[in-house]
Order: sequence, then structure tokens, then C-alpha cells
Amino acid sequence: MIGVSEAIAARYHPASAPDFVPARHLKELQLARLQAVVQRAWEHVPLFRNRMDERGMAPGDVRALEDIARLPFTVKTDLRDTYPFGLFASPMSEIVRLHVSSGTTGKPIVVAYTKADVDVWTSVMLRTLASCGVTHGDIVQNAYGYGLFTGGLGAHYGAEALGATVIPISGGNTDRQLMIMRDFKVTVFCSTPSYFTHLADRAEQLGFRMRDLSLRVGVFGAEPWSESMRRHMESDTGIQAFDIYGLSEITGPGVGSECPWRTGLHVFEDHFYPEIVDPLTQEPVAEGVEGELVLTTLSKMAMPMIRYRTRDITAFVPGECPCGRTLRRIRRVGRRSDDMMIIRGINVFPSQVESALLDVEGTMPHYQIILTREKGLDQMEVQVEVTPEIFGDTVGALEEMNQKLVYAIERTVGLRVAVRLVMPHTIARSEGKAKRVIDRRNVEE
Amino acid sequence: MKIHQLSLFLENQPGQIVEPCRILARAGIDIRTLTLADTQRFGILRLILSDWEAGAKALHDAGYVTNVTEVVAVEVPDRPGGLAGLLELLSPAGLNIEYMYAFTSGRADQAVMIFRFNDPDRAIELLQKSGINVVGSVEVYQRIPK
Repeated sequence: MIGVSEAIAARYHPASAPDFVPARHLKELQLARLQAVVQRAWEHVPLFRNRMDERGMAPGDVRALEDIARLPFTVKTDLRDTYPFGLFASPMSEIVRLHVSSGTTGKPIVVAYTKADVDVWTSVMLRTLASCGVTHGDIVQNAYGYGLFTGGLGAHYGAEALGATVIPISGGNTDRQLMIMRDFKVTVFCSTPSYFTHLADRAEQLGFRMRDLSLRVGVFGAEPWSESMRRHMESDTGIQAFDIYGLSEITGPGVGSECPWRTGLHVFEDHFYPEIVDPLTQEPVAEGVEGELVLTTLSKMAMPMIRYRTRDITAFVPGECPCGRTLRRIRRVGRRSDDMMIIRGINVFPSQVESALLDVEGTMPHYQIILTREKGLDQMEVQVEVTPEIFGDTVGALEEMNQKLVYAIERTVGLRVAVRLVMPHTIARSEGKAKRVIDRRNVEE
Repeated sequence: MKIHQLSLFLENQPGQIVEPCRILARAGIDIRTLTLADTQRFGILRLILSDWEAGAKALHDAGYVTNVTEVVAVEVPDRPGGLAGLLELLSPAGLNIEYMYAFTSGRADQAVMIFRFNDPDRAIELLQKSGINVVGSVEVYQRIPK
């Protein structure tokens, strides 16, 4: 019996205890916190109070968890419209941190934390890392960007609270990343999945292989990636790759995480209450059905988010997880409703193109999608970098490969697109989120 | 008797051949001969180098995707019907030529052609049996006048 408890102790960090709370108790806690956060937002955030008034609702109307579905949504433009501090529920004297999320259009969005908010964030990132099997004995190279982006500091605080050794290297400077990874015998790497792929490529160029290093765990997030990309990464580098989920508007990384069973991401729902709704009708969908993830921060002080529409498409995973966590699981977020391209009236997601490319044997996922419009018709070109696996010595072999890629994409997407093989390393590598789609359709009109 | 040929993927755009040539020059590697196969969108540059291993490494380090293929260098009499006579030997034996290109031999009576066969070993055997000279790699490099 001693052996069993030791094994459990090694696997479960004490801070992970809330992951295993019986569902009934969890629901009681969620309701109490929901009532408190609605009250707080109603008292301090005029935008929320006005929307409640429009519905003829008051905080006292939240009597059961199900009542959450009657509350108004919050959307990303609300954060822009109230820039910079319009959604804060705490005075600046209580706010200890501001992060800013880059907006591609218009103004950025600002998110705020009190001391208590930072502590909650730290605790959920600790639980995230523990859930990915990271322990105090690990050396964590944190290549998420430090600064205004929440990724760097979020992972940093969590890893430090866990007691691991943290290298706050931030993003960029790939050769130095590799030198430190090798020389410091780094065991855990945190970054976007696309940056890690780039790093693995570079290691090969420099003449060594990641599987020969001490690296054993990758904690990847901040952009969608596919299951086939994971298989590829793991067989190439010998690590175990975990998917984590978060967004600045809610807290940053630490909203959800995979566990060793990797059958979906557990949402830390004692702090973030998840719903999944149909993006069009805004009605809740049945368990297991895809929809848009909507999150409510149950304990956030500085900037409570009530029913925030994440634009991320996912579904609840039915049933219980073998790991014993009672927290509900969501499927890996493969796509955002924002990422959706409408090409000749057909909805296309970059993740579909990615999985098609990976299905064609030996194709590494360095690709870019270029959208143009010719004579009023949308054109989609997928540029794929040539790899040694693709490159045969004859024109025939290359054209055959090109054709295979065209068919594979057509099968998944339902659209005939052009594929162009390009020279290796000609598609710009990103040190943060990969830019997969270049839409030139509006520019040319 | 087989010779190592290095193939390189290029996009069909102006200036694409310059860079690999510069890289080889910097590494002190001599290009013995080359040929370019091109389509509308991409090209394949095929090279016979003074040191194919060093060449492959230099290009790989610079981020190029290369492919090493074994080809056969064959002496062809430099007179009308020289090549036709040679090809007539091959087709009855079911040997397929994927591509071929010429090579300066530095001799007035003999040309050298590079062949990519579907089955190089069988091709060499057949050619040698028929009394045709298959040129080895060392000889290929020495033959060319500097």
C-alpha cells in the first residue's frame, strides 16, 4: 500500500486537490462564486449593469447554476469599446498588473489583475503544469513571450510556484534556445507548438537531435494545433506533448489543461465556468456537440468576465476521465470561429489543411495559405515547403507529390485548391503564434 | 562504377541558381557538370561535383533540400550514330532511362553521357559486356580539362 500512495504522491501535487473535488461540491462552489461575481460586476461595471437592466434582471435572479444561460454575453468588441479601463471592477490602487493583448485591427485590449487574481492565475498554472506531469525536479525553459503577452509570466509564476527551476528565456533567438536546452539539460519546454517545430528543425540543421537531449515534456498552447501534428512532434523529438488552453481576457494560460490521459482538456471550472453554445443561435448545445466555448470568471476581482464568447470551437467530452479529475473536459481547440475562411462560400479552417498535409506521408507542417480573388472568384493557394521526404530526384515524382497534396486537401476541405511546393525555410517562421493565412482578397478589390 | 549526383529543389524564379553555386564556390567545390530540369513552377538542379559529400553538407547547412542519386557515366563514340548504337543495346533489355545529359570529356573521339537508369547495376553489367566503357567517379573528375 505504501507503494501505491507514493506513486500517487509523485503524480499528484497537493495544489491539484481542487481538480478532484466531487462534482456536487464543485457545483455548490460554482453557484456561490457565480452569485458573488455577478453581484460584483453589476455594482462596478456600468456596461454589465446596463445589459442586465435591459433584460430586467438583477443579481438576485441567479438562483441556480442553470440561470447563467439568462445572463448577457460579453464579446471581444466590448473590451475594445471600453478601452482602456472601462470593464475594471477594482480601483487602480488594488490592481497590481496590466496586460495588453495585441489587436490586429483597431485598439488593443487591456486586462487587469488584483493581487488575489495573480494568486489564482498562479494556482491554475501550477495545476496545469502538474497535470502535464511537471514536478519540482524539472528544469523548465519558458519560451512563451514575456511582457505584455500573458503567456510568459503566466507559465513562469506557475512553474516557480511548483518549485521547478525556471529559465525565463522568452521567445526568439533560436540558436541560444537550443544551446541552453542542451547545456542546462532542460526537461520541460513551454512555447507555441509551431515555435517548437521550428526549434526541432533548427536542431537538425545544427547537427543534433532533440531526442538525444534531456527534454521529456512540451507544454504547448496559444494557438490551435492538430492531433497529427502532435504525433509527428512526439515521434520526431521523443517528448510528450501536452496541450494547454487559455486566453488573456479570462486570465491568460491556465484556463484548461490536458492530463496524462490526454483525452481532452480539463477546464479549471472552480474558477472558470464553461458553457458551449451554438455560435449562431447562441443556445447551449448538447454534450459532445461542437459549439463556441463561453467562459465566466468565477473568482476574478479586477475584471470579471460574464459569459465571455471565446470564438474557440470545441465540445464537452462526455464521460469521466480515467485520471480521476472531476473537472469537465473540452476537446482540443482545433480552430477558432475567427480563423474560419469562407472560400467560394465554403467554410475552411487552417487546421483542416494542416491535417490533410500531415496525412500525406512525411509532410512536415510548414505551410501557408494565400487567399486571392481573381475575376471575382476566391482562389486559395497552399504553399508547402519541400522536405527531404517529399523531394524525389525526378520531375515526375515531385509532380506526383504535388498532386497527392491537392487531392488530400480536396478530400478534407471539399474544395479544389492550388498547391505550390516552395523552397525550404522560405515561409516566415514565427516566434509566437504562426501566421498561417495571408488574405489578400480585400487588398485587391 | 556508379557516380553520385546531387539534386536540388529550386523554385522557378529568376536568380534561384546563383545562391547554391555561390555556396559551393565558398566551400571550394568544383561543379563538373550540371543540368536543369524545369517545369512551370519548379526546377531540379542536378550536379556532378568534385566532392559530393562536402557539397551535400554545404547545401544542407544552408537550408537546401538535396537528394543524392546514383547515376552512370558512359563513354559514347563522338560520331554520327554513336549514341543511337548505345541506346539500341538498352531497350531490348528493358532498361529505362529516366533522364540523361552530356558531359565534356576533353577527348575528340569520345563523349561522356550521364544516365539515370531505373536499374543502374544491370545497366552497367550490360554495357560492360557489350564492350562499352563505363567511367568511374575518379576518372570522371580527372578527365575534364581544368
